[in-house]
Amino acid sequence: MSARSRELLGLLPVSLLVTAGFTAVLVARTGANINKATLTYGAIFLGACLVGHIFIRARLPYADPYMYPLVALLAGFGLIEIYRIDPDLALKQATLFGVGLALFCATVLFLRDYRSLERYRYTIAIVGILLLLAPRLPGIGQSTNGAYLSIGIPGLGAFQPAEFAKIAIVIFLASYLNDVRDVLVRGRVPHISLKHLGPLLAIWGMAMLMLIFIRDLGSSVMFFGAFLALLYVATNRLSLVLPGLALFLGGAAFLANHVPHVHERVEAWLHPFTPALYNKPGGSYQIAQSLFAQADGGLFGRGFGEALLTQVGTGGKQVPIVPAAHTDLIYAVIVNEVGLFGGCAILAIGLLFAARGFKTATLATDGFAKLLATGLSAVFAIQIFVIVGGVTKVIPLTGVTLPFVSYGGSSIVANFVLLALILIVSDRARRDPLADRGGVV
Amino acid sequence: MNRQIAWLFGFVVLLFAVLAGFTSWWSVLRADDLKNQALNRRPLLEQQQVPRGEILARDGTKLAENRAIGHRQTKRYYRVYPTNELFSHAVGYSFVSSGDSGLEKSYNDVLSGTDDKQLSSFIQQLGGGASQGDDLRTNLDPKAQREALAALGTQAGSIVALNPSTGAVRVMASVPSFDPNKVPQELTALNKGQGGSLLNRATQAQYPPGSTMKVVTSAAALDTGKYKPDSFINGRDNVVISGVPLHNYGNESFGAISLTDALTNSVNTVYGQIGEKLGKATMLRYMRRFGFQDQPPIDLPSSQVAPSGVLKPPQPLTAKDNWDVGRVAIGQEPHLFVTPLQMAMVASAVGNKGRLMEPKLGDKVIAPDGQVRDDIQPQEESTVMSESAASDLADMMTNVVKSGTGTGGALQGIQVAGKTGTADNPNGGNYAWFIAFAPVKDPKVAIAVVIEKTQQSQTGGEVAAPIAARVMRAVLGEGG
Repeated sequence: MSARSRELLGLLPVSLLVTAGFTAVLVARTGANINKATLTYGAIFLGACLVGHIFIRARLPYADPYMYPLVALLAGFGLIEIYRIDPDLALKQATLFGVGLALFCATVLFLRDYRSLERYRYTIAIVGILLLLAPRLPGIGQSTNGAYLSIGIPGLGAFQPAEFAKIAIVIFLASYLNDVRDVLVRGRVPHISLKHLGPLLAIWGMAMLMLIFIRDLGSSVMFFGAFLALLYVATNRLSLVLPGLALFLGGAAFLANHVPHVHERVEAWLHPFTPALYNKPGGSYQIAQSLFAQADGGLFGRGFGEALLTQVGTGGKQVPIVPAAHTDLIYAVIVNEVGLFGGCAILAIGLLFAARGFKTATLATDGFAKLLATGLSAVFAIQIFVIVGGVTKVIPLTGVTLPFVSYGGSSIVANFVLLALILIVSDRARRDPLADRGGVV
Repeated sequence: MNRQIAWLFGFVVLLFAVLAGFTSWWSVLRADDLKNQALNRRPLLEQQQVPRGEILARDGTKLAENRAIGHRQTKRYYRVYPTNELFSHAVGYSFVSSGDSGLEKSYNDVLSGTDDKQLSSFIQQLGGGASQGDDLRTNLDPKAQREALAALGTQAGSIVALNPSTGAVRVMASVPSFDPNKVPQELTALNKGQGGSLLNRATQAQYPPGSTMKVVTSAAALDTGKYKPDSFINGRDNVVISGVPLHNYGNESFGAISLTDALTNSVNTVYGQIGEKLGKATMLRYMRRFGFQDQPPIDLPSSQVAPSGVLKPPQPLTAKDNWDVGRVAIGQEPHLFVTPLQMAMVASAVGNKGRLMEPKLGDKVIAPDGQVRDDIQPQEESTVMSESAASDLADMMTNVVKSGTGTGGALQGIQVAGKTGTADNPNGGNYAWFIAFAPVKDPKVAIAVVIEKTQQSQTGGEVAAPIAARVMRAVLGEGG
């Protein structure tokens, strides 16, 4: 069976999940008739999935056949949950999925050869950093919970530049480390000049800067994690990675004690059930509700559409119980509705995606491609760890999206670009090596 | 580099294993702890998703029902009390924001449909639909209750009326009252407000009983066989009881007087001597039989009922403690506290041939399909005295209403047995009491009325007895 047929087959469980999920939510909601208008969201989504598949068949015939269905599975899961939380948001999310798919196609069409990225690496890096700082700019910057995560674009809503910056930084690091890795691998530590340690210091400095300046804790963990992962893969030298890790942990510990915003997050993480912290605005209410929602789910969950998400507030209005249910805490809602099994399913899908990404990296023949695929897969996995770890109280909770699952245009679109880059690398790596060579001969 | 990529993937697997481990920890292993967390209001909120059972009066009047807001998934139910202040203390309230009280609290399991939790949640999961709470039909009588509230007017006080043979609570009035519909907005204000309108005086307020206590003393005197209704005791004024001279009302001196006449005229010195003669242990034994010295066995939340008796609140005292049995016997002792419910139980036990029934507000639990799920049967609490002692005491109390201090409690064409009580209120005025049952031969109602603060020095016979008559007529008019 060809790779593309396996991919098409992989979309089968996706369509089953989406159909079953939407039906379950609808049944839970009305107890009866299935509304046609709402079912079209699911239909639009599945149609878009098929269009994406046909595009890959045409332009990336040799690309990894599993990653695209895995993405569709995550997105389908997310769409069902978002539909369950708010049908209007689901329509937007389905639309954004289409936009993301369009950008995916555009990336594949315009980026014939990923090696051209190497040439523009400094431009890409600078654009990435500027994007990161944009939320702090007066006029367009927006702050939530004391963090500057997004910029407002009139007519389009909030845009989270960190989602795109992470790809830019990974491209830069992959390219840069590919160039200097010989020096880093062979040189004795004392002989490595500042020139070669430059990126380490720059990235470390930037991560710390973000902690202080943008206050985006989650993204800084992602960036720094991706950097360390790439440094390790490029050099195989823990003597470089471990000091970097120590620096980051040391910096984080210092900030946790000296920056009030960070300190509050850490306190809420350590003592979520202290009434004073629980009742404080921006305190531990969010993490506590996340844990309560998961406890309510248990092994198998309440079922799609059955979890308790709102309560009657003053004046008879519906008030959410779980804050940011469709974004930060969507994992907790998933565990609430489909239980530990559903949560583990999400984790397994994410892990499989990362596995295929790393597999692509091992198949790639040139250093840049290897590092690019590694970095993108690592940043994807770390992002899942940061948000799911935050929601399950492994680490302090930060405002990072669950890739392809959470509601949010920037996240969906940026992660589609991430997918496009990995698939481009994969397509080239998995072309029949003999045919390639034959062309040369 | 492939080896490093493999190691990196291994590390990622480790990270994800940690995530799966933590998810298991919270969602399964620690789930029960989290569900019991005080901050976790999900169990309460879940109850909003199912319509709570209604609370009905004896005649079917809805005392508590539901309104729904939202639709489909966001549908939530909240409580509305159509009769407003009428039964606010007995029925109580139930709001997610303010907690619950009264019958809403004591019957929460059946009303919320969570009484057989395991089974229903399993069925819920299979059927996908939420269950519904059961209705509670009460013994409460809206007509008589309305009469009781009207009779009390603005005077702080309380009225409890029971059916002596079943213990069914017909009337439970407490003034000042409150509108349960306003609780979510005004809970704090109601708590602080004038005289504590949230306080259920019928079961929570502890008053000195005054001479109504002489019914308890008489029961002990007759049932022990130490006295007969025609036993003669010296009723002169100014008798030393427990080392301190005791006076009769208006310092009236009665000479040798029968027990019947002593009750009819409420002669303190006679009952002080009887108390001393019976002794602490005997007095306490009979008080316990009437339900004193313990939480009353009524179907209200235990936080909303107070014990009666010889207390150092909230602890009951024993025969070994230091208290004045002679003054307990006449109802004027600093350690003696009673609730209106307790005194209604006293009247009820005498009326029911000496057998005390458990007071019950609830009558039937009715499933949504109309089936009676639980028929709450009358329960005998204790045998307080022999039938003959009860009959003698009933005759004595009949005399009180016929020709003694309680003539204000008489009903036209119906024989009433009663006893008045007046106790000094340190804040001015008197506590005015009247307890009674009627008709004497086959009692259908037993009642206790207390007014907290009379004008000047009015007595129980003057103030409370006419109110009791009014309410008893209303209860009996219903056909018993």
